[in-house]
Amino acid sequence: MDFAGAYSWPNLSFILQGFGVTLLVAALSIVFSFVLGTILGAIRYARIPILYRLLAVIIDLIRNLPLLLIIYFIYIVLPLVGIKLPLLWAAISALTIFEGAMISEIVRGGLNSVDRGQIEAARSSGLSYMQTMRLIILPLALRRMVPPIVSQFISLLKDTSLCVIILLPEMMHNIQILQGHSPKYVIPSLILAAVLYFAVNYTLSIIARRLEAKTI
Amino acid sequence: MTGKFDIHILFDHWDRFLEGFLHTIASSALALVGSFILGTIIAVMRIAPLKPLNWIGTAYVEFIRNIPLLLVVFVFFLGLPTLGVPLDGFTSGTLGLMVYTASFIAEAIRAGIQSVPSGQSEAARATGLSYMQTMLHIILPQAIKIVLPSISNQFINLVKNSSILAVVSGFDLMYYADLINADTFLPLTVYTIVALFYLILTLPLSMAVHYMERRFRAADR
Repeated sequence: MDFAGAYSWPNLSFILQGFGVTLLVAALSIVFSFVLGTILGAIRYARIPILYRLLAVIIDLIRNLPLLLIIYFIYIVLPLVGIKLPLLWAAISALTIFEGAMISEIVRGGLNSVDRGQIEAARSSGLSYMQTMRLIILPLALRRMVPPIVSQFISLLKDTSLCVIILLPEMMHNIQILQGHSPKYVIPSLILAAVLYFAVNYTLSIIARRLEAKTI
Repeated sequence: MTGKFDIHILFDHWDRFLEGFLHTIASSALALVGSFILGTIIAVMRIAPLKPLNWIGTAYVEFIRNIPLLLVVFVFFLGLPTLGVPLDGFTSGTLGLMVYTASFIAEAIRAGIQSVPSGQSEAARATGLSYMQTMLHIILPQAIKIVLPSISNQFINLVKNSSILAVVSGFDLMYYADLINADTFLPLTVYTIVALFYLILTLPLSMAVHYMERRFRAADR
């Protein structure tokens, strides 16, 4: 183990560069998967004919496949049918599709958890469907959805590490490269990576817990 | 490379697909048993009436849950060899899965244990059972029923997560898929077949989870 060597500036900045890519990919995927998941969840909740049944099948398939496989499909199979994405966007697309499917289930569950009595009361007091949605269902559902969605974001940040298989230059990839320089760097760099992941994710999980405490 | 779908790949490379499939099942099953045992121990530590044990249990869960599975696997696959403990891909992948999943199972079991009414353990202690006996004979059997759906969910995740073995050459489905793809240049076919193999394992499990959740919800009413 060579802590001083592993944390010397060239190596340290190399690991941090990777962490930058990790955070960039995670941040963009979080935004996109949240939008995608909300739209898909709302479509399934509103039971838009045909579409919602089709989505149910697709979402169930995606949720039951390993993320690694979805990354391969986006990066290796899609170019064969003419859709060639740059490395960074292939990673973001795969994460968005996979985590979006997960979030859509949370959104659907949150919407479904709103008591029917609330909706009936709102409608019978003269609110339109859209007003009921905006003023009654969404505020109630959102409070229940926020904690599990934040946990999903934590999973997403961890899952970015799987992009090593398509050689995305994120943190775990850079650590593998460092390891090639000297096996003495392995444990120090793994410790640093663990501390960085932990710092970000633990902060997120504390936020999730605060939000959870507020909603009960 | 073409986007052609050729089902003959399945038959031509059947032995390698099967080999990978069996390794995926073996790794998931071993990791499940291991993480269940480890997770139960950690859950009991977290609620044991002894502060230092609580701290160790909490630290384990909070730390492992917030770092990627790949990092845990790398500790076994890249880290341990530098300390003179060489492990192959299958072993380090399975150990990593076990250590990682145990933190989630510990949380599920802890929630289950705490959902057993305290009157149960008080009654057990009053009849003269020790803390360990109360845990073993009264609390855990009741808690297991409550946590069964979330444990099954973790098993689905385990099957999916076992694909991490491919990153460390662990002879699983994804690993062989890469080899077959390199030989045939038919990624669409190869990865679609692999997807079907995973679905054979995960879909029945998710249906079972749905069924259990519906049963338990009905029982609550």
